[in-house]
Amino acid sequence: MSSVDFTWLIGGPQGSGVESAANIFSKVCAEMGYQIFGKREFYSNIKGEHSYFTVRVADKKIHSNVNAVNLMASFDAETIFRHFNEMMSGGGIIYDSDLEEIKTDSVHTLDAPFKERLHKELESKNKPFTIAGVLEIAKENGVKLFPVSFKSILETLSEETENPRLRGLIRMYNVIGVSLSLGLVKMPPDSLQNTIESIFSKKPEIAKINQQTANYSYNYATVKFENFDYTLPKTEKEPGTLLVQGFQGTALGKMACGCRFQPYYPITPASDESVYLETNEILEIIDDRPGSTAVIQTEDEISAMGMTIGAALTGTRSATCTSGPGFALMTEMLGWAGMNEVPIVITNYQRSGPSTGLPTRHGQDDLLFAVFAGHGDFPKIVYASGEIEESFYDTGNCFNYADIFQVPVIHMMDKFHASSVITCKRFDPQKISINRGKLLEKVDDGYRRFEFTDDGISPRSRLGMDNGIFWNTGDESDETGHITEDPILRVKMMDKRMSRLDLILKNIPDVEQAVSFGVEEYTIISWGSTIGPVLDAIDLLKKEGISIGLIQLKLMNPFPSDYINSLLKDAKILIDIEANYSGQLGKLFKQNIGRDIDYFILKYSGRAMTCTEVYDSLKKIVQNKANKREVLMHGA
Amino acid sequence: MALKLADYKTDVHNDWCPGCGDFGIVNAIQMALSEMGIERDKTAMFSGIGCSGKTSHFINTYGVHTLHGRVLTFAQGAKIANPDLTVVAVGGDGDGLGIGAGHFVAAGRRNVDMTYIIFDNGVYGLTKGQASPTLRLGEKTKSLPSPNTNSNVNPIGLAIASGFTFVARGYSYDVRHLKDLIVQAINHKGLSFLDVLQPCPTYNDLNTRDWYAGTDLIDEAQKRHSRIYKLEDQGFEPVVHYGSEVEVNEKLSQALIKSLEWGNKIPTGVFYKNELISTYTQRLKDKIPNYLENPPAKQNISKNGRSNTDISKILDSLEV
Repeated sequence: MSSVDFTWLIGGPQGSGVESAANIFSKVCAEMGYQIFGKREFYSNIKGEHSYFTVRVADKKIHSNVNAVNLMASFDAETIFRHFNEMMSGGGIIYDSDLEEIKTDSVHTLDAPFKERLHKELESKNKPFTIAGVLEIAKENGVKLFPVSFKSILETLSEETENPRLRGLIRMYNVIGVSLSLGLVKMPPDSLQNTIESIFSKKPEIAKINQQTANYSYNYATVKFENFDYTLPKTEKEPGTLLVQGFQGTALGKMACGCRFQPYYPITPASDESVYLETNEILEIIDDRPGSTAVIQTEDEISAMGMTIGAALTGTRSATCTSGPGFALMTEMLGWAGMNEVPIVITNYQRSGPSTGLPTRHGQDDLLFAVFAGHGDFPKIVYASGEIEESFYDTGNCFNYADIFQVPVIHMMDKFHASSVITCKRFDPQKISINRGKLLEKVDDGYRRFEFTDDGISPRSRLGMDNGIFWNTGDESDETGHITEDPILRVKMMDKRMSRLDLILKNIPDVEQAVSFGVEEYTIISWGSTIGPVLDAIDLLKKEGISIGLIQLKLMNPFPSDYINSLLKDAKILIDIEANYSGQLGKLFKQNIGRDIDYFILKYSGRAMTCTEVYDSLKKIVQNKANKREVLMHGA
Repeated sequence: MALKLADYKTDVHNDWCPGCGDFGIVNAIQMALSEMGIERDKTAMFSGIGCSGKTSHFINTYGVHTLHGRVLTFAQGAKIANPDLTVVAVGGDGDGLGIGAGHFVAAGRRNVDMTYIIFDNGVYGLTKGQASPTLRLGEKTKSLPSPNTNSNVNPIGLAIASGFTFVARGYSYDVRHLKDLIVQAINHKGLSFLDVLQPCPTYNDLNTRDWYAGTDLIDEAQKRHSRIYKLEDQGFEPVVHYGSEVEVNEKLSQALIKSLEWGNKIPTGVFYKNELISTYTQRLKDKIPNYLENPPAKQNISKNGRSNTDISKILDSLEV
């Protein structure tokens, strides 16, 4: 059997069920044994603006999206205008034939800069500014067109089922789109029916209408549509496969590793994690009564951070979850936590900055900000997860680091993670170890919270513990936690706190600090979600006999300079790949290691990288045709 | 062994100015804790920044000296994570009603079972006497270059509007009365607020101890009249007993009207008290039945160094 690597795109106005349709498609494909990499793009808007979902389906492990789309399901004009150019030759567009005469000017959500570019293209190809115009271009590019009147599908179905309500039920367009697609690629129909049933299991009547619609549309595609080059036959399903959305990795990690308190303030793309935690607030505990996570919606991110620290002082594993603007508000308190050696975790789902930036779009914009966040010198850990699967286990590690080293830990995630849907191996909570460091079970007399010790870390009491009284202050303090301005004590305390940066580097295992995927003459350094497209791009090049190395950095602060340096000693050309303007990892690397980056591949359009564009840039580099700074642009 | 008043004091040197009203407040807090026989290691004092922020260092319980304006956030986090703690938060009027005003209002909406005491002196003392949120429009204290251009916040009124369920005012030179108020505030089931008038002898030369004592208010019989009076002495009835809309509105309105009194007559005592509003911990218990017996701080999260949380049902639902 030839290998399957198929990309499907569905788009429509926000609120029209694009996400549900994508969920159905992803679930059906995953049920049939395929690996999934899906990504959602949307405006900062509730209803009406264009949103779309690309789902890549393959019969081997995939880590990212590609540029070219094999099949597009559209039920509005805007999706066609925006995406017809992404179709690969031999691909297909399913579209609503009633839309053919729609003009660009009548689609009010098409913004001026996009429309200008589109008009220029249509003009140059001598096409009308209509759906028919862009479809002609697609056809000339070798794309097959599958027109169908969505309205007449509903009308016929309404008559057949004697359900007059169905006639104008445009809410069904998404299900029609996905079902036509699955019929076209000859996916077994029962999986579609089962998936719809399970999605609407609590609303049997709605499930029924959806199933009827799905069934009719599926059959319509198999009977009425001409043959399509791509099929997705049933394949072998790997047992123990999860279909997860990005934010679920860290949320499930928090549940498993004993995080029991999470205050938060709503912000895109971070809030989904907190809402998910609250939805699952009551937890089953092995051989014990139920546990729970107190999820508190606060008045702002400052309060979220203050409550996180307050709860951590009681010995509770506590975290908050935010994005760049919220994290900016937390930084004064971050210093307080550092000063008072409080273990907390801040999960930062980054987005495009600066300021409000592109609030629903991707960016790895906060690396340098996180590393340098807060006034004054204090120890903190900045830790970055690459893929979603890894983020589950990393979350457990972050809480252990916080407890062992008694520092705040900033766990770097991003929007690409948050709104990706992937298949991966079922998470194994038994792999999560729990190490509370020097948290005391009981306290002897004469306790001093900030006692000088050999390793610079003092035994930790918690609010409410017998004999464990301590004081905290944001002022410099003595061993009991009372204010001091003594210059000698100040130096000792500063040295005590900062000494743990070395301790961290010595004690966190190498594989948790950075992951080497091999070092070659050309070697990439990268971090976070960008690892996905980089891994796929390297794989593509390997097939052409080009080997490129990759080091994924995870521990960003303290920076593991010696370890990274030793890993890279055989690399001649260094390439930094990340999703921000200035190459922030490259800067951090240069600052700590003193070595220059030879090439940067950067993307700051707000859209995540595809493996195709990373591949293209790497190839240019290897062929010595690249600029020092390659800026990627793909994605609507 | 019964604890004595001295057991609630630390030996940390107190560096407040001689004659500072804060001394009376710290004494009253210590007396209240002692009278209630509160366990020291089940109690946490949280403080903000400024002169009043040092309070937590003078009291021999857990003490958390936090950040400017943010004391309520730390305190609420601790209390929600461990509802067995007795939590008292303190701070200045600039701290709580200026930079921290947003948290003040939000705390009222939550009604976490704890106490918040504001040391209210009309100035920012530790930064050398700038106008604070309770200083009135046009007033000029000693170190202001020109009269205050902002109107004042009404702390009692704001607390009532925000949903605090116990609202009272004390005076730092009536330590015994203040102690009684603190006992009531700590015993109150819900979020209690205490506005404590506290002369700053160094920077507030308007609202001085003499001014509160009314030395300037001498009647024809050459008799002085203290500006401070007690609501309870006038038969003021602040408690909501039944919780009907009519009763609650009446109690809230009379408290608001009383909160506007200032000048020659300044009320102290309890303005409003309503224990019929659910506390935040009760609200959590409604969602999480065993929250009070097994709150976040008490939960066992591991077994033999491994996760003991069983997320298999959630994982099952995600499995394809």
